[in-house]
Amino acid sequence: MVLVLALGDLHIPHRAPDLPAKFKSMLVPGKIQHIICTGNLSIKEVHDYLKTLCPDLHITRGEYDEDTRYPETKTLTIGQFKLGLCHGHQVIPWGDLDSLAMLQRQLDVDILVTGHTHQFTAYKHEGGVVINPGSATGAYSSITYDVNPSFVLMDIDGLRVVVYVYELIDGEVKVDKIDFKKTASIHTAH
Amino acid sequence: MYKDIVLPRVLEQVVNCKDELAQFYLMDCIIQVFPDEYHLQTLDVLLGACPQLQPSVDIKTVLSQLMERLSHYAASSAEVLPEFLQVEAFAKLSNAIGRVIEAQPDMPTLGVVTLYSSLLTFTLHVHPDRLDYADQVLGACVRKLSGKGKIEDSKATKQVVALLSAPLEKYNDIMTALKLSNYPRVLEYLDVPTIRVMATVIIQSIMKNGTRISTSDKVEALFELIKGLIKDSDGTSNDKLDEDDFKEEQNSVARLIQMFYNDDPEEMLKIIETVRKHILAGGPKRLPFTVPPLVFCSLKLVRQLQGQEENPFGDDASTTPKKIFQLLNQIIETLSGIPVPELALQLYLQCAEAANDCELEPVAYEFFTQAYILYEEEISDSRAQITCIHLIIGTLQRMHVFGVENRDTLTHKATGYSAKLLKKPDQCRAVYACSHLFWVEDHDNMKDGERVLLCLKRALRIANAAQQMANAARGSTGSVMLFIEILNKYLYFFEKGNPQITVASIQSLIELIMNEMQSDSTTSDPAAEAFLASTMRYVQFQKQKGGAVGEKYEPIKYEPIKA
Repeated sequence: MVLVLALGDLHIPHRAPDLPAKFKSMLVPGKIQHIICTGNLSIKEVHDYLKTLCPDLHITRGEYDEDTRYPETKTLTIGQFKLGLCHGHQVIPWGDLDSLAMLQRQLDVDILVTGHTHQFTAYKHEGGVVINPGSATGAYSSITYDVNPSFVLMDIDGLRVVVYVYELIDGEVKVDKIDFKKTASIHTAH
Repeated sequence: MYKDIVLPRVLEQVVNCKDELAQFYLMDCIIQVFPDEYHLQTLDVLLGACPQLQPSVDIKTVLSQLMERLSHYAASSAEVLPEFLQVEAFAKLSNAIGRVIEAQPDMPTLGVVTLYSSLLTFTLHVHPDRLDYADQVLGACVRKLSGKGKIEDSKATKQVVALLSAPLEKYNDIMTALKLSNYPRVLEYLDVPTIRVMATVIIQSIMKNGTRISTSDKVEALFELIKGLIKDSDGTSNDKLDEDDFKEEQNSVARLIQMFYNDDPEEMLKIIETVRKHILAGGPKRLPFTVPPLVFCSLKLVRQLQGQEENPFGDDASTTPKKIFQLLNQIIETLSGIPVPELALQLYLQCAEAANDCELEPVAYEFFTQAYILYEEEISDSRAQITCIHLIIGTLQRMHVFGVENRDTLTHKATGYSAKLLKKPDQCRAVYACSHLFWVEDHDNMKDGERVLLCLKRALRIANAAQQMANAARGSTGSVMLFIEILNKYLYFFEKGNPQITVASIQSLIELIMNEMQSDSTTSDPAAEAFLASTMRYVQFQKQKGGAVGEKYEPIKYEPIKA
């Protein structure tokens, strides 16, 4: 059982002062094995905070990130799954699932994690899963109205991943979960 | 018995011995040994002895300890509090301190402040709701400090910081501390670096308690308190401040701005105007930190007003989105010349989108114009250009408020910028991204199949050129990755029903790719191969879906490369 925290679009300090207190108390160091962050933290303090939660931190660059050295895309393998990470402002039209699926094919990953729209989505198609963890602080977005703070925790176990989404709605943390199973890969030999 | 016999005799002895060490020790003993209730009842006598002691006795420590003990006593149980009131402890202590300070005009600042600091702690514990008492203590402190100029002794400075932090911790609400009229006056006596430290303490207290600052007057008062952070103090330069520290400071001001909020749009607009007035004084080093949070606060207000019907009989002075956009224009303009063109461009585009949602075409167009001007005149770094193009295309794609002419002008410019990026692969990608400008879902009159195809073909030409350049420069034709990306775009629009994208065109593109990949001069690229494989898998999935989609995809043929 491998726990992967996926979050992003915090936009601290331009659009939000801090993570919601209820989220902070849930995110305890030492419980999570990997953190993948879609970007737009946007300052070093947030980077350092995430690093204290888990040293294996992967970040891709959002357009407001202070640190311009983060890569535009990143791929990593966790257990049986190949994950891809990208902030998402580069994929036009923004939030369009078909265009995101194209990026997924290009990166050749099972799970693509992107952000930018501040709207949580988990979309399964034959090629894999596209996940958007939303905005961890509920930051203003020109694309999505009434953003609720949210983040995602993935539990990767063999060929199965359970995606838990945590959303702060009217002061209460609500949890939902979605199951995905990966069929053993069929690649035609070249 | 203690009160009438023991204490007076003991004190007589203490005073008469006239030895400073003994006096100090003995007073200390009295305070520590006898119970607090006794001290309360004998305050007059005890305090009366203090001025009679040798001037060199460290009376401030004696008094401080007494007050500390009494503070703890008060904190120990609420039942003892009435006793304090009954003996008028506050008045007596306060007078005693005053007399001691007067009797020792050479007392260093540290002594004065320590005494008042202990008295304030006492007051906060014993009379937590008497803001006037706390204010009196601060006022007395200010009077004693006046005429001495800024405090230079670092220990005294620390004491003042402790003095000012105590109300913050006790009240947990900066607004209550602000009601103490003497609070800002004490702050004046600190040197500039310490004022900044204090300002940071204040901001941290607000953040920790999640205090919402809800009127422009409160914002004004608060900014007055933390003005050391907002702008340069007269005459001092900020060179001495470490850059990281400066950033941290300004980021905390930015976070603070997020705490300003009021449901009432009129008041919120006043708050925004107050913040704007103050941050303008901050100068070019601070504006990049303080302008963005203000912009987003304003955009949130616009969104709030969006839902409301615009009242045709409304007051000209009432808050409307249009007014806020005018303000926004002015606010973002302050960034010009700093220079932070990418930030300003991003903010203009955000405003354009908000104006779009408010159906304000001229306002949206104006914001786009500003963004384009910045792109043309000030953004020359290649990487920055790519990000900005993505933002421009992405935003423009979402705009529905533009009439045909305006939209054409902006689209034409965007495609032009895309084709002029430095590196051919970047050009190619930006140009095919532009294809989406001509096809917007949910808006049938914004689906122009021909222009989509023109974009894709242009992208293909650029990809070809890139191949030729790679061939000329390196002898091998580089990767077919771009072609596969374009193929995916063909499939995207094919599926969306663009009649200009035919099966034949897709088929020939597939063949082109296959030829390139099999050609000897092409460098093998596993990523491109994987991408092609997953693309073809996608085509297969679509065929298998059956129905209309399956039928569409059926004619597309693909033969995997034989090993």
